[in-house]
Amino acid sequence: MTDKLKLDRALIAQCREDANTIALEVQSMIDRHTTVSVERSALRLMGVNGVDDFEVPLPNLMVEEVRKDGDLSLGISAYLAGALEASGLQLPEFCEAYLAGQAGLLGHPLPDRERTARVLAPYLSVSFERIARNRRYREEQLARSNHREPQVYVIVATGNIYEDVRQARSAVSAGADIIAVIRSTGQSLLDYVPYGATTEGFGGTMATQENFRIMRQALDEVGAACGRYIQLVNYASGLCMPEIAAIGALERLDMMLNDSMYGIIFRDINMQRTFVDQYFSRSLNALAGIIINTGEDNYLTTADAVEAAHTVLASQFINERFALLAGMPEKQMGLGHAFEINPEMEDSFLLEIAQAQMAREIFPEAPLKYMPPTKHSTGNIFQTQAVDTLFNAATSMTGQSIHLLAMMTEAIHTPFLSDRHLAIKNARMVHSALRHFADEISFKEGGLIQTRAQTVLRQAAALLRNIAASSLFDALEQGVFADVKRRRDSGKGLDGVLEKHPGYCNPAMDHIREALQ
Amino acid sequence: MSIRPYGDTLNDGKVQLSFTLPMDAGAHGIAYAKELARQMGLPNPEVAHCEQMGEGFSFYVVYGMVPFLVNPEQVEVHQVETQAMTMAQVEAFIRERLGREIVFVGASTGTDAHTVGIDAIMNMKGYAGHYGLERYEGVRAYNLGSQVPNAVLIRKALEVNADVLLVSQTVTQKDIHLKNLEELVELLEAEGLRGRFLLLCGGARITHELAKELGYDAGFGPGSYASDVASFAVQELAARQDAKTRTQEN
Repeated sequence: MTDKLKLDRALIAQCREDANTIALEVQSMIDRHTTVSVERSALRLMGVNGVDDFEVPLPNLMVEEVRKDGDLSLGISAYLAGALEASGLQLPEFCEAYLAGQAGLLGHPLPDRERTARVLAPYLSVSFERIARNRRYREEQLARSNHREPQVYVIVATGNIYEDVRQARSAVSAGADIIAVIRSTGQSLLDYVPYGATTEGFGGTMATQENFRIMRQALDEVGAACGRYIQLVNYASGLCMPEIAAIGALERLDMMLNDSMYGIIFRDINMQRTFVDQYFSRSLNALAGIIINTGEDNYLTTADAVEAAHTVLASQFINERFALLAGMPEKQMGLGHAFEINPEMEDSFLLEIAQAQMAREIFPEAPLKYMPPTKHSTGNIFQTQAVDTLFNAATSMTGQSIHLLAMMTEAIHTPFLSDRHLAIKNARMVHSALRHFADEISFKEGGLIQTRAQTVLRQAAALLRNIAASSLFDALEQGVFADVKRRRDSGKGLDGVLEKHPGYCNPAMDHIREALQ
Repeated sequence: MSIRPYGDTLNDGKVQLSFTLPMDAGAHGIAYAKELARQMGLPNPEVAHCEQMGEGFSFYVVYGMVPFLVNPEQVEVHQVETQAMTMAQVEAFIRERLGREIVFVGASTGTDAHTVGIDAIMNMKGYAGHYGLERYEGVRAYNLGSQVPNAVLIRKALEVNADVLLVSQTVTQKDIHLKNLEELVELLEAEGLRGRFLLLCGGARITHELAKELGYDAGFGPGSYASDVASFAVQELAARQDAKTRTQEN
């Protein structure tokens, strides 16, 4: 393990212990609850798909029916199994009948857990076999691709999936390894997943299963032409976090933005809802071999990057622990952080190096995701390009894994095709010029960089100790992260959280948990 | 005196452009780029750089010379006309001229998920060494965060008896920010509330001129700080207060 910063190993171990205490308290709440989105995900994993004449997705229709007139705390699965048994129909025919208004989930005897699992097993196994196949295919392709870290990650966000495809192909030709399709603004607050191919969005493109499929196919094609496997990213976040994880696993996405606290802090989604949803989605991502990207970088867009640096580290420890509890190995944890210190500040680059190197040393197996400067970017595109070059250098010098590229027109508009092209060229040039630089350097004993990293670690340890002594719920209520305060019983999506009935069953989740054991 | 852009000599008129064409790089692309610049009114343009950019696209850097002169004194300027004050001056102004607490309610409205703009103006820490409104003595500031519907902003403003509404629009695509901003004015007008609040907006693509066109009292673009917003707000509130007093006296 690299040890350029002389970090206190015992203190790191203490951070992990405290993060464990913090996460376990939340986990006990998670284990007692389900959400409407978890239930809809179970349906999606059985193959329930489609929309009615008003574009309401079938999983929403079914879950709403049971929530309204049944007892959803038993889980949607028993209702579906009961309805299938009573009707004698196979699931696809049942879905058709349901959409035609000729079938419902209520009014049938509810089978017990074992019978429910038996009735639904054939449908679940189709999806889980497909997810396993996707995972194997990705692993084979990545093993064959000659991809080197840092991997170049760029974003497309036109609103039109076909236009996104065009821009993604162009970016891949220029050297991008990873393509993220930014979601349409506001989708995180929709309590359903839109359906079909979409050509309109604001600040991004709707995440739909069909859009995933279209982009996946395009990246496979252009990747084959370039001899690299191109990874596709979307957002398992917001109110439909578990469902997006489900359709992403089915359509072979490779990475998902998935943070245990981001939705709470930045989207005012209820904390109970988010914690329960992140557990299901993380478990499924773990099973599907999908790398998650956590959102700590965002803390620094609201709080000060120097003063709040330790909250990033503390959150990384918490995200790591939640991921471990969901059965995810370190190599799938793309823990996030960012280059957001004011570039006008003296020695800002040294502080950035300290933070980035610290993350690298504390989470050696994690494919760290390093986010670009945005907060201090202005309309001076030439200045921004210069700062972005420093960011690229920090990425190479500290061995970051996933390199989200900075755009010179940050703070002006969604990137032009040329902005992305120039950003990729810049990053490629810097990574090549500094290829072995990290191996050649060490940091001065007791110097600015070592001292800064040690200080941030000490502050993070103190913060985690404090949170462990009370609870994560309290910390969020007090605004510890990103200076944003959220109440336990407020926020969006709380009405979709249900305490599980003793007879609750969810064979989809059971399958995931068993497979991860 | 009329002038031109300054490259390396007075009035040489040099400007630089960069753009992408949806065609491959090569002689045709270069010829197209030159013709484009000529039609933009730049005689004898030079294509300094042309490169292929992925499938079917090419990128250009072009230099040209503006052939005309413009007199800066004859250009119409729209800017906030109140005097810029420091935080201490604003606080003193509130104490001495207004004599009461001034309530600001701010939000990033519509679907905009970015809080960076509204935070820079409102949060205690502010931005680039300029403290935010929360820090100002004599100011009560409510920052509602991002993705706030216009109706919610209005409701909050009524609830806390706001003097000033601040609307931030950071990220924009296809001019969605204009629709959000227009909708707020329409809602306020429909409910007969437009005159009740000072209505200010800010963001990367906002100018004072645009704000006025949309029916706002002022707009603040990139490089504006809390003190700029506060200076305008308190002076405008004082002016309105004076006007009201005069009306009552008459």
